[in-house]
Amino acid sequence: MNNFGAACLLLKLCFAAELMLIIFPVVAVDEVQVTQKSIEIPIALFSQAREEHVPISLLDPIIDDSGLAGAEQGIRDNNTTGRFTGQKFRITFHQVNAEDSPVDRFRQQYALGIRLFLLDLPAATILELADLPEAGGSLLFNIGARDDSLRTHACRENLLHTAPSRAMLADALAQYLAWKRWNRWFLVVGRHAEDQAFAEALKRAAARFGGKLVEEKAWTFKAGARRTDSGHTQAQQEVNAFTQVRDYDILLVADEREEFGEYLSYRTYLPRPVGGTQGLAPRAWSRVHEQWGATQFQNRFHRTSGRWMSELDYAAWIAVRSIGEGATRVRSGDPAVLRSYLMGPEFKLAAFKGSAVTYRDWNGQLRQPLLITSPRVLISVSPQKGFLHQFSMLDTLGFDRSETRCR
Amino acid sequence: MNTLRLSSRKGIRMLVSAILLMASASVHAYTVYVSSEKDNTITVVDGDTLELKRTVDVGARPRGIALSKDNKVLYVCTSDADHIEVLDLDTLKVIHTLPSGPDPELLVLGPEGRYIYAANEDDNMVTVIDVEKRSKVAEILVGVEPEGMGVSPDGKWLVNTSETTNMAHFINLENLQVEYNVLVDQRPRVAQFTPDGSQVWVSSEIGGTVSVIDVASKQIIRKIGFAIPGIRSEAIQPVGIRMSEDGSRAFVALGPAARVAVVDSGTLEVEKYLLVGQRVWNLDLSPNGKRMFTTNGVSNDMSVIDLERLKVIKSIPVGQLPWGVVVRP
Repeated sequence: MNNFGAACLLLKLCFAAELMLIIFPVVAVDEVQVTQKSIEIPIALFSQAREEHVPISLLDPIIDDSGLAGAEQGIRDNNTTGRFTGQKFRITFHQVNAEDSPVDRFRQQYALGIRLFLLDLPAATILELADLPEAGGSLLFNIGARDDSLRTHACRENLLHTAPSRAMLADALAQYLAWKRWNRWFLVVGRHAEDQAFAEALKRAAARFGGKLVEEKAWTFKAGARRTDSGHTQAQQEVNAFTQVRDYDILLVADEREEFGEYLSYRTYLPRPVGGTQGLAPRAWSRVHEQWGATQFQNRFHRTSGRWMSELDYAAWIAVRSIGEGATRVRSGDPAVLRSYLMGPEFKLAAFKGSAVTYRDWNGQLRQPLLITSPRVLISVSPQKGFLHQFSMLDTLGFDRSETRCR
Repeated sequence: MNTLRLSSRKGIRMLVSAILLMASASVHAYTVYVSSEKDNTITVVDGDTLELKRTVDVGARPRGIALSKDNKVLYVCTSDADHIEVLDLDTLKVIHTLPSGPDPELLVLGPEGRYIYAANEDDNMVTVIDVEKRSKVAEILVGVEPEGMGVSPDGKWLVNTSETTNMAHFINLENLQVEYNVLVDQRPRVAQFTPDGSQVWVSSEIGGTVSVIDVASKQIIRKIGFAIPGIRSEAIQPVGIRMSEDGSRAFVALGPAARVAVVDSGTLEVEKYLLVGQRVWNLDLSPNGKRMFTTNGVSNDMSVIDLERLKVIKSIPVGQLPWGVVVRP
């Protein structure tokens, strides 16, 4: 991003550090003691309480999701490695009420010596924290906000994103639709700002990958409760009438809060598939995914959490594992040293996606393959074959270096 | 005219090599066994004629396989069945099972053949199993998602790799203690000792490298990288490693790159890349050292490499998602 010389110097230091730590003599079979010189690397997770999310489907559990369970899995994985390297990771969790600002709590944690933060917060709050003087010497991971603005112009030196952006998700889906040649899209957009934002991402993806919007409609019916007697009759009528538009290949729905998208499948006027936020959906993580060693990862999570891993958990796990992997290689928990390593060419993380995940050095966004899922099975993984890029195929998803004002 | 002459010459050469092959076949009969994780089978192939002999149903998700020291039985890690099955190679029937701990993926035998060391991918453990008593003897705590297993020829060291911890753990087989941990590149898969026991080679699937570790000093001497024109570097994912009998060459399976790299063990440079099937994972040598067999997961076949000419001579369809391969003399 900036200061080339300093980054190079740090890299050299990292390299030297790596050479020094190639072997770690140790320790016992079952009771593994941590050496006295072990370093402690504390992390804090910040989130804001929100309305309880009740999924439409009775089959989906209601989870009060903060990403904490995913972060804790990352801590356990890091500490297994830490047994051999003398590093101990721990996480503390801080949730503020919806109307409260996390600034004071953030300052408190900083005063306690915390320099590594995971944030599951709205974009504006993330920027507010990132711009605090205390945050200057800290490293922040955005695990939840998908806003493209954080990746195109509102970038911060101390802020990395393990959550995919809306543009990445839309591009991942659009590449698959291009492969299918399902090029005529019928766009249905919900009433919230984030639905508009995802619709914008889909439009951008259409222009990039040859999609054509044949129709766009706003869904204005009020969201209902999931337990309604005879609710199906109403949905059957509403959707049938609503979708009487000229012919298209796939209906793409933008409904991030999952208020109505689930009602569309099998009820459209024409027999056409549904994709977008529901149906054929691009996801960073899903229970339907078990490729590339994900089986053990899913099992491990389910055993300890009693539920399946969410996308937020996965983003939190990647953030904690990035810290762990960085700390192992550079033998330090210092945010500046870690950042330099994570953004550098040496960093690679295996994240059960078939190729390494890395960070884009222009905006701190994690590069990752994205899953194309149906509710019950994995359909595909994007980027799709044939979409080429001069640097990394993963950069065909989301905003590329030349498309952002971040450097 | 010209083409005719060429093709007839080629024909003669093929005939000669076919005769030579048949001659060698009668001397060294051997059998190749392939585990296929998706259709739960072991495929039996005649190593000389390359004919498919039998397909045997085994337990759920067979992956790592190994021969007993007397070559009478095949140990099969049936991962989803959470045990090791013992397949009698005369009758091709599973005669009993061994307790392996959950989700066994890969196993190796100690030099004396009495103990099996199995990696429990789901449990951060290596399980030691006594094949005579058919019981678990010990469990050794290692890193996250243990996978690769290699025993040094002198039986002193067991090297286990852990995929998420990114280490090669050196376990002293006398006291079953983890004594050294060597940090390698991302997602280490296979650990293979050189025949003289001086080095252990560890493949890193996501890192795209093979770390050559000096056993005496536990230091990485070299990280071997791979570059194939026209193949994206992310698609180069080293997994299986096999040394030639004399140790002069190493063969590295490169996964989605659909290539086997031939590495000069002296210079540690890649000599050649051989095109095989898709997602090539594991490999094994014929007893005479003349052929190499590879399992190709995505194309559901096994490639046969002629090691004298360094050419792929045949692909044989086997089960679905072939995983492990061993050759029985």
